[in-house]
Amino acid sequence: MPVIKLFRPARPHRPVGLGDLVVFLVVAVLIYAGVRLAFRAPAYVQGPEISLSPAALPWYAFLSTLRMLAAYVLSLAFSLVYGYKAARSRYAEIFFLPLLDVLQSVPILSFLPVAVLALTAFLPERLGVELAAIFLIFTSQAWNLTFAWYQSLITIPQELREASAIFRLRSYLRLRFLELPFAAIQLIWNSMMSWAGGWFFLMASEMFTVGARDYRLPGLGSYLQEAAYLGDTRALAWGLVTLIFLIVLLDQLVWRPLLAWAERFKLEMVESEGKTSSWFYKVLRGSVLWSSLWQRVLGPLDQRLLAWSLRKKALGETEGKRRSRLQFYVLTGILGGALALGVAWAARFLLSLPASQWIPIFEGAGATMLRVILALLLSALWTIPVGVLVGLNPRAASWIQPVVQIAASIPATALFPVLVMGLVHLPGGLNLAAVLLMLTGSQWYILFNAIAGARAIPQDLKYTARLMGLSRWQRWKILYFPALFPYLVTGAITASGGAWNASIVAEYVTFGGQTLYTVGLGAIIAQATERGYYPLLFAATLTMITLVVAINRLLWRRLYRVAEERFKLE
Amino acid sequence: MAEHLLELRNVSQVYRSGDREFLALKDVSLTLDEGEFLVLLGPSGCGKSTLLRIATGLQRPTSGEVLYRGEPLKGVNPKATIVFQTFALFPWLTVLENVEVALAARGVPPEERRRRALEILDRVGLDGFEGAYPRELSGGMRQKVGFARAMVVEPELLCLDEPFSALDVLSAAALRGELLELWLSGKIPTKAILMVTHNIEEAVLLGDRIVVMEKNPGRIVTEVRVSLPHPRNANDPSFRALVDEVYAMLAGETQPEAVELGSAPGEPGKLRALPNISVASMAGLLEALAATPGGRQDLYKLADELGVDSDHLLRTVEALELLGFVTVAKGDVALTPLGETFAEAGILARKEIFAARLRRLPIFRWLLELLEAAEGRRLRGEVVRRALELEFPPPEAEKQFQVIVNWGRYAELFAYDDSTGVLYLEPVPTSA
Repeated sequence: MPVIKLFRPARPHRPVGLGDLVVFLVVAVLIYAGVRLAFRAPAYVQGPEISLSPAALPWYAFLSTLRMLAAYVLSLAFSLVYGYKAARSRYAEIFFLPLLDVLQSVPILSFLPVAVLALTAFLPERLGVELAAIFLIFTSQAWNLTFAWYQSLITIPQELREASAIFRLRSYLRLRFLELPFAAIQLIWNSMMSWAGGWFFLMASEMFTVGARDYRLPGLGSYLQEAAYLGDTRALAWGLVTLIFLIVLLDQLVWRPLLAWAERFKLEMVESEGKTSSWFYKVLRGSVLWSSLWQRVLGPLDQRLLAWSLRKKALGETEGKRRSRLQFYVLTGILGGALALGVAWAARFLLSLPASQWIPIFEGAGATMLRVILALLLSALWTIPVGVLVGLNPRAASWIQPVVQIAASIPATALFPVLVMGLVHLPGGLNLAAVLLMLTGSQWYILFNAIAGARAIPQDLKYTARLMGLSRWQRWKILYFPALFPYLVTGAITASGGAWNASIVAEYVTFGGQTLYTVGLGAIIAQATERGYYPLLFAATLTMITLVVAINRLLWRRLYRVAEERFKLE
Repeated sequence: MAEHLLELRNVSQVYRSGDREFLALKDVSLTLDEGEFLVLLGPSGCGKSTLLRIATGLQRPTSGEVLYRGEPLKGVNPKATIVFQTFALFPWLTVLENVEVALAARGVPPEERRRRALEILDRVGLDGFEGAYPRELSGGMRQKVGFARAMVVEPELLCLDEPFSALDVLSAAALRGELLELWLSGKIPTKAILMVTHNIEEAVLLGDRIVVMEKNPGRIVTEVRVSLPHPRNANDPSFRALVDEVYAMLAGETQPEAVELGSAPGEPGKLRALPNISVASMAGLLEALAATPGGRQDLYKLADELGVDSDHLLRTVEALELLGFVTVAKGDVALTPLGETFAEAGILARKEIFAARLRRLPIFRWLLELLEAAEGRRLRGEVVRRALELEFPPPEAEKQFQVIVNWGRYAELFAYDDSTGVLYLEPVPTSA
């Protein structure tokens, strides 16, 4: 069974360093620059009508899938390049990783005005909106992929690295024979996660209003949102069925075959049990089309790339690769100056927000944090027992696992309107309902990891526990909890990130023509976006980034270290 | 005079940790000529593997020069390949692909790649396994793939990094024989072989010349020329004599106590590194010696009898020497009266003897004084680690800490709580 390893937090030295500050300022200035650009966007935009006829769905689904694919290709390319740079750089730990850390805690809706408005400011409207949607999906797909690739690159065993060096595997050859194979399984699992993340924010990415501008793109996400907005439950149901069908289809036709194929990249030197199997992969392997694709297209391409990398190597061998000290200082000076200028402007912009506006931000932050904690606790409460139950019973796991995986990849955002309909009438209204909505965005991570953890408990320990006649409680205390701890921490880190991000869509819901919202940081960000009140959006976003990163550093990393050191089953 | 194939001139390697510097290799010079099989022999931690990496250009030395055919080496030497201790095969490639990839990287066209790879696999006796994945093979066969991959590109210099030490005894013996056959028959275009090992018999069996290294700091102590004709017979008296001689070089002689023990942290003089050896190994060796008439034995015979490799044996002997249980002279190890007592004692008595001996070691004396003076007679392990890090590079310091804890726990000198990382003195038991 594949253990879902999300990013591993970098080695914790100090909770916060100078590099972190620089990174934070860089991101703040970038967001600010986007917001400034946004002022130049057209003042009034009316998007195309979204048809709610089920007949439109196949076309919409196709468009959305294309958008997801484009964003995914972009994410993959970004990840490969960024991860490569980070793995080679001396500044990885002080700059590249913290930057990713901050980027992944920027709430997606805060990218929205930056992306859309900035892009429509200088591109034709239709193209700008299309690119913006792809960019937004990208922001929900890229980061975990990048972390996975970086982690793989730096954990390649020394011996394999030395063998590659001595046998002169470089550039394409090294990528093809060492780095990609080594990272393959991690990359595939994280790609699946990325797609799930993309679906989750599809609705937000395809349709949104910013002030008087109504941006929409024909697609499955906008179909669902329109249906929810009009309260058309029949259309909503059609949309959901299409979405689920699409997800199952992709799982069966893309991800399962990929996983089955990737079995060969397992690093173990012993034959392992529990291989992933895929009917489609078997069909493909036997097909003429597939083998001719390999012979005619991929094989020659491989040869071409190989020849190219060898030629390049011959050239590269002589070139010196030292940049002069002067160049370095000049470059640093220019970048530093630009950063300082940007920070000054951003600060002025931030100060234009009246002081009284900060109070709701802090109140909202507190409220959202409580909800995140509550959502995590509730998740843990049901997922740990269920995870252990499933994980300890291999037969149950073999069929529950795929079901859970599909359930997890159904974007909860599509279900929100339905859930909200049922929940707002409960005492507490959206205030509590939002917790449940955030739950849908976070619980799966913990469940997956709990199952993986329970399955990793060695058989001899289970026997020993039974032989000693431990009571149920003792068994939990002595065996299950300690064994599960590292997995739970890993799951909780991702779940907490997911919950924060989900707060934006959970605390501010539009359904049946009315808008429901509650006190929370997410609601403030969503509201500020819709009204086009940028200073508030900027301030709330920075607050959320600061909070999420601080919690990561101060809480999760420490727990992670404890898990690594004390509770590792070797 | 013809130029050497490989020459290392005054190579030193320094590792920095914080503002401390540790000398891993000190002023090493050596030469390797065409037709030679040179062995670097030394205990673990003497830097011989580092030296191999420097010789192939995988690593750049802190100072000193590496010349290949008289030219300074820039980057990885294209004329050299390595057979790795852990095989270092790509698990996702088949046997054939593992070999082919080495050729692909040198721009050999596909058809020729296949032909040459199949040919070399045939020569090392792997035909029929071309399509197998490394995980389907035994250790010995995996290493054959390692040899095939290293030889297929026809390197002038073949480097072997303890290639047999991860194999079982029989596979290792078989593979050694096959390597010698290939090398001596001249069927491979290899001009010279450079092998790293800590196994004395292996070195004498294969090498034309043995460079003996020592650790702390890593350096060359002497060179032995082996002129025995091939095939060499391990039971031949002249072979045994040579093995005995090399053992004597590596084991050294028992020194006066002050020299053996070294000094405590913070005192002038060098802190003695404790060999990373379990108490069980020490007890086993003492028992074996006690069973030998006269309590005295040749080291190489002892290695044969006990079936342990020479490196492990030498480190165990070093530990026993340090504790005063044995003395070493001229490649012989002899039980002291104290060692004899220990071998005959029961569990508790052994602990007492061991404790008494440990108290004499400066590092333990220092630690116990510190513990006595500490509040609540407890001390964070960090304190000890930091003191050790002033003397040893970080990974070695950690190892030393573990050895101290293991020995001290056995002797019941102190206790250590792993979860809190605290060392403490157990309360003195009130007489029952």
